[in-house]
Amino acid sequence: MRVALFITCFNDTLFPRTGQAVVELLERLGCEVAFPEEQTCCGQMHFNSGYADDGLALARRLERVFDGYEAVVSPSASCVGMVRDHCPAIASRVFELCEFLVDRLGVVDVGATFPHRVTLHPTCHSLRVLEVGDRPRRLLEAVQGLDLVPLEEAEECCGFGGTFAVKNADTSMAMLSDKLRRILDTRAEVCTAADNSCLMHIGGALRRQRTGVRAMHLAEILAARE
Amino acid sequence: MSARGFPAVAHETLADSQLRRNLGKATQTIRAKRLATVAELDDWEGLREAGAAIKARAMATLPEQLERLEAAVTRAGGTVHWARDGAEATALVAEVARAHGAREVIKVKSLATDEIGLNEGLAERGVTAIETDLAELIVQLDGDKQSHILVPAIHKNRAEIRALFERTIAQGQELGWEASAIAEAARKHLRAKFLSVPMAVSGANFGIAETGTICVVESEGNGRMCTTLPEVLVTVMGIEKVLAEWRDLEVFLQLLPRSSTAERMNPYTSLWTGVRPDDGPREFHLILLDNGRTDVLADEVGRQALHCIRCSACLNVCPVYSRAGGQAYESVYPGPIGAILTPQLRGLGEAPTLPWASSLCGACYEACPVKIDIPSVLVHLRARVVREEKSRLAPEALAMGAAAKVFASRGRYERAQRLSRLGRGPLGRVPLPGWSAMRESPEVPETTFREWWRARDGAARPAAGPEAGR
Repeated sequence: MRVALFITCFNDTLFPRTGQAVVELLERLGCEVAFPEEQTCCGQMHFNSGYADDGLALARRLERVFDGYEAVVSPSASCVGMVRDHCPAIASRVFELCEFLVDRLGVVDVGATFPHRVTLHPTCHSLRVLEVGDRPRRLLEAVQGLDLVPLEEAEECCGFGGTFAVKNADTSMAMLSDKLRRILDTRAEVCTAADNSCLMHIGGALRRQRTGVRAMHLAEILAARE
Repeated sequence: MSARGFPAVAHETLADSQLRRNLGKATQTIRAKRLATVAELDDWEGLREAGAAIKARAMATLPEQLERLEAAVTRAGGTVHWARDGAEATALVAEVARAHGAREVIKVKSLATDEIGLNEGLAERGVTAIETDLAELIVQLDGDKQSHILVPAIHKNRAEIRALFERTIAQGQELGWEASAIAEAARKHLRAKFLSVPMAVSGANFGIAETGTICVVESEGNGRMCTTLPEVLVTVMGIEKVLAEWRDLEVFLQLLPRSSTAERMNPYTSLWTGVRPDDGPREFHLILLDNGRTDVLADEVGRQALHCIRCSACLNVCPVYSRAGGQAYESVYPGPIGAILTPQLRGLGEAPTLPWASSLCGACYEACPVKIDIPSVLVHLRARVVREEKSRLAPEALAMGAAAKVFASRGRYERAQRLSRLGRGPLGRVPLPGWSAMRESPEVPETTFREWWRARDGAARPAAGPEAGR
């Protein structure tokens, strides 16, 4: 199957390893991956911050870039949510990575090996905008050697919320503190999620506190063959 | 009242560790109970759909429904008044009190009357309003502000309440630590008022246009006392509380208790239609309150906020509310519903920070029994604030405009990526103190994803020629 990768501006610029992992994983599963280089940003930051015209113009631009591909895959639940709501021409062909693997390719065991203790932050937009349900958990459970430990109050927001983390920094930090405590309670080595935006926020605090716990995108675990 | 803004007040409330413990514990308990009670009904999603549809229809035909309600209440012997704002409603209540010589009125817990500051307005006219809901009484005795729609004193614990009562209604007594003994002090204080005060004021959960019936649901029985014992009863009802038909009530009497107190049925549901000889109040006044609601109705996206049945499920599931607390919202309507209702009722300029008091996590939408899409309304109101209230020259607007230009062109975007590696340009490091207080920023990597892709693509297919787009 020919698949277009929607990397998202955020991953393109700050987390290229996640994109590399997605390419490796999809190719291993027999997909031919295309990367339309005209892609930039889906407009979510502008739209959710109140700059609706700018946000929608960027969404329409992205829609044109990906029109013509039979399947578009992205390692970001929140950007896929933006596209689904505001790019009607491609909405039904855009998939968050876990959705694509489980629903379109019909695989749960992707042949990964990752012998570590891992906990999953399910992310608000995965759960409540895309409704991916237990797909990320099922994918992780099928990874060789991986010890998946449940996270208490997992479905509660980590406090990122885009510009919320800056505009309401105190409340964001209060939410993050609770998320961090629950992650540390699991004694996991790795906290994973299907979105690097939450992970930048969680991981930034894990590093600041020298916890030794790594934040790592789910795609990188699924691509791993340690 | 000028608002200080959510971030400023939350900065203070978040520092109150007692408040955070009280609130965290209370919301966690009610969240778990609500999930269990809602799971008992197979048709919960159908009920939510029905609730949303009934409300949408009532709002679409609001003038007609209000006139039907007025006619039905009048037929049943009640008197209907129309109030454009809080001042008009307060004057109407005060006039009824004057006509009956009432120096005191007893009150059923009512958000509409809190919204218009009725107690303070009556006090200015020499009438004392006595709250009879236990939590409202606690807030009133302490000169405090409500912090939750359903549990106004949720921020207070047992020790604080006991000390308050021993200072006020139970002076000179030792109340001990039993919750029932502390509540007994309030019971004694209120019983005397129920039996002697000639006038009561209530709000309304629902007003049925078809029959002229007003409905109040509650848990303590104080509402039943207020709506049956005094000679005269005045109900202040927001115009959005009207339901077209009697049968609509069936849906809401299932949705409301399960969503608010996680009960299958609330302990007291009082329904009355006008007046009856020898039973209940001799005189009944219904004040239909607008106070900004017509303006809300004019906003096609925002108007769904008027569907709210004040259950408070969205507060209990909200990670922002459960940490910052209700007082950070500077309104009788706190939490997610308050963040969309307050700016619309008061005007965006009066509460411009509230639409941002959310991480858009969507927990509120998922819990709402009438499916108000709170995240979408928040985003819509943010856009209105940016358009109507903010300067185009504000630093944020300029940064957003610059970023939009960068993202609109591949060439500009790729140049900005290269600059960001040097810590410069529109995608470069912006100093954000709120971010760096608790978190490291990610290292900007040596290569972007697209640079890696091109290198790999070029290596795999050398025949493709020089790399494009550089």
